[in-house]
Amino acid sequence: MAKPKLATASLAGCFGCHMSILDIDERILQLVELVDFDKSPVDDIKEFTGRCRIGLIEGGCCNEENVHVLKKFRENCDILVSVGECATMGGIPALRNTIPLKECLDEAFLNGPTVHNPSGRIPDDPEIPLLLNKVYPCHEVVKIDYFLPGCPPPADAIWAAVAALLEDKPIALPYELIKYD
Amino acid sequence: MSDNLEKIVSEICTRYGNDASRMMDVVRDAHARFGFVSSACADAIAAALKTPRVEVESLVSFYAFFAAHPRAKVVIRLCNDIVDVMHDGHKVWETFEQELGIKTGETTKDGAFSLEYTPCIGMCDQAPAALINDVVVTRLTADRAREIVRELKSGSDPAGLVKEFGDGNNAHELVRAMVVNNIRERGAVVFDAEDMQPGTGLKNALAMSPAEVIRAVKTARLRGRGGAGFPAGMKWEFTRESAGSFRTVICNADEGEPGTFKDRVILTERPDLLFEGMTIAGYAIGAEQGILYLRGEYAYLQPFLENVLNERRASGLLGQNSAGKAGFNFDIRIQMGAGAYVCGEETALISSCEGLRGDPKTRPPFPAQRGYRGQPTAVNNVETLCCVTRILEKGPGWFSQIGNGKSAGTKLLSISGDCKKPGVYEIPFGITLQQLLVKAGGADAIAVQVGGPSGSMVGPKDFGRQICFEDLATGGSIMIFGPGRNLLQVVQKFMEFFVEESCGYCTPCRVGNRLIKERLDRIIAGKGEKTDLAYLEQLVEMVKAASRCGLGQTSPNPVLSTLKNFRQCYEALLLKETGGMQPAFDLKEAVKDAENIAARASVHC
Ligand SMILES: Cc1cc2nc3c(=O)[nH]c(=O)nc-3n(C[C@H](O)[C@H](O)[C@H](O)COP(=O)(O)O)c2cc1C
Ligand code: SF4
Ligand code: SF4
Repeated sequence: MAKPKLATASLAGCFGCHMSILDIDERILQLVELVDFDKSPVDDIKEFTGRCRIGLIEGGCCNEENVHVLKKFRENCDILVSVGECATMGGIPALRNTIPLKECLDEAFLNGPTVHNPSGRIPDDPEIPLLLNKVYPCHEVVKIDYFLPGCPPPADAIWAAVAALLEDKPIALPYELIKYD
Repeated sequence: MSDNLEKIVSEICTRYGNDASRMMDVVRDAHARFGFVSSACADAIAAALKTPRVEVESLVSFYAFFAAHPRAKVVIRLCNDIVDVMHDGHKVWETFEQELGIKTGETTKDGAFSLEYTPCIGMCDQAPAALINDVVVTRLTADRAREIVRELKSGSDPAGLVKEFGDGNNAHELVRAMVVNNIRERGAVVFDAEDMQPGTGLKNALAMSPAEVIRAVKTARLRGRGGAGFPAGMKWEFTRESAGSFRTVICNADEGEPGTFKDRVILTERPDLLFEGMTIAGYAIGAEQGILYLRGEYAYLQPFLENVLNERRASGLLGQNSAGKAGFNFDIRIQMGAGAYVCGEETALISSCEGLRGDPKTRPPFPAQRGYRGQPTAVNNVETLCCVTRILEKGPGWFSQIGNGKSAGTKLLSISGDCKKPGVYEIPFGITLQQLLVKAGGADAIAVQVGGPSGSMVGPKDFGRQICFEDLATGGSIMIFGPGRNLLQVVQKFMEFFVEESCGYCTPCRVGNRLIKERLDRIIAGKGEKTDLAYLEQLVEMVKAASRCGLGQTSPNPVLSTLKNFRQCYEALLLKETGGMQPAFDLKEAVKDAENIAARASVHC
């Protein structure tokens, strides 16, 4: 029987959550016994090759491309998990949500004290995805089945959650894994 | 100029003994004098009352009727309650906006007029209504709005807008209001004057011991009329038995629950019955001070009520040896509110009486233990205290046999909405909703909101239920919705009200109500789906369970009761299949700003 597939993506995140996935250390060997990695930065597969059991999402949606990727994940994954604060709530990137987009861009590319931009242009190459008016947590764009708290969630929490989902068991996260003080 | 300001402020503060706990009155007078509380004025008040300036600013910022920035000379407050909406209120509002050339929330350039919305001002039976400064104008139409603006612009004083006085004491020279009483049915306890003998209740009470008075109120099985229905005698006993250096009786005349206006009519027509009840309560619990907390919207009744108090003082019913009882020194003062619904909640009301923001306090301790200024306090509704007078006059047996055997006495009901005869009905407990609808001429109702927004909405299958504490309890508000009314719009309006009126102290209420409203808006916009109902149900339970005071604990009721009784209204609007996407997310809308900035279209929309 073919192994179930796992896909991951980093949207508006810092890759810290992916680092935490890698932090499961040697259990990664166990993991590849259990699943095949599909679309993911871990194996650099760019497009889905088939239906996935689990999709892990890091980061919320700050631009149109994030939305596109997230929708693709929803279409291709049975279970979608928001991993970490950014995916769940918007996180640090969402700090811009109270500031109009134009002001953010002006500050970043024109007016900021350390900006050197003789052209006076805000980058506008068509290759660059357009930003959204604010940063959206994933569940405001598509349905999310589970949320793993943390910035990033500890490797043990990610491991416990993925293992439980693969075995179709309730996710039991001991207090130590979801305590952040 | 600033010397002058300090002098005036100092005069005002002296009027209240430079007592910081009278800051509501100080700010109110200063506000009336200057039109707003400027930074310099706040400084002057703080200095005179020897309190930090932030206390003054905090108070000013809390109440809707106080402003820290210049407001117009004439402030027009449009009541935007659901009943006003149902009576074509928006036509009136639009006319005011057109005629004044401003939007609601703005002030005209010349500083002459401000337009604002305000929640229920207690005139649902004569909607649409508005407050123009302190003057109440009722039964507005677009034409009337046009005339009003014309008159005011030509320099007429708002008081001049009242052409014809209402019935009864509304025409009293100290009231002079166009408000009408609309007493549709007089019951034995409050409105049937035939066998009423003013003064007898108090006389009988003073002939008894305080414990006997409390026993009489208990035997009569009197329960609070303000909404919560707590047994009045028991409350008094707790208050009497709590240790303290003094005790206080407070009458709650905040009447802020939308759709309630019966206390207004009592205050207009039966003030003596009320003050007698307060005096009896004072005697029973051992208080020397009574406070009538009068909502700011009823300021037009204040001079009249002050006068009634003066007359009672003159005839010895208040003051040293009240009503001739040696050693019983009881007096009453009026505390004006300033436009905050939460101040109807008894602990918030006490905060307000103490010259603070109207923030609720943590209970326990209950007011009976530690209330006004930290001392034992009994807070009762206007109607409750009127019942007290009659119980002491006619005896507990007489009172307790009125009603349906369980709930004793009569209840004043404020009926409004889609019915032919809106107004106040005094009716023995136990009447069914159906009987009531027939009386009011609203038998074709599709829904009735019982107990105001914090109560519940019921449909025809519940019209056989009784108005009483054991079944459909209400503080008095009954709003009728006829065929064709959009019930979810009603719910939306109610949630808007709670979002606005939440004091913001605790997160479940401050944030939770917003989230409920957002999700409701989403469903009404046709972007909701089945899981949104489950989400709402969860949220509603959370807000009810985790909120700190009665406001938050009841604020989700409009959603809760309609999800239960009118679920089909929600279900009809739900999307069927969403393929795992969130229909409320609109990518087109979300990239619009960036498209404009980059001057190109999104490749994804
Ligand atoms: C948000 C809120 C608003 C209230 N508004 C009023 C009011 O306007 N009038 C009133 O009598 N009780 C009001 N109450 C109930 C009071 O807290 C208190 O229970 C009542 O005044 C006690 O008097 P009673 O026992 O005579 O009814 C309100 C309660 C809450 C939670
Ligand atoms: S949740 Fe923390 S670790 Fe994860 S992407 Fe956001 S900032 Fe990085
Ligand atoms: S429940 Fe609402 S009104 Fe009551 S204390 Fe909390 S925030 Fe204030």
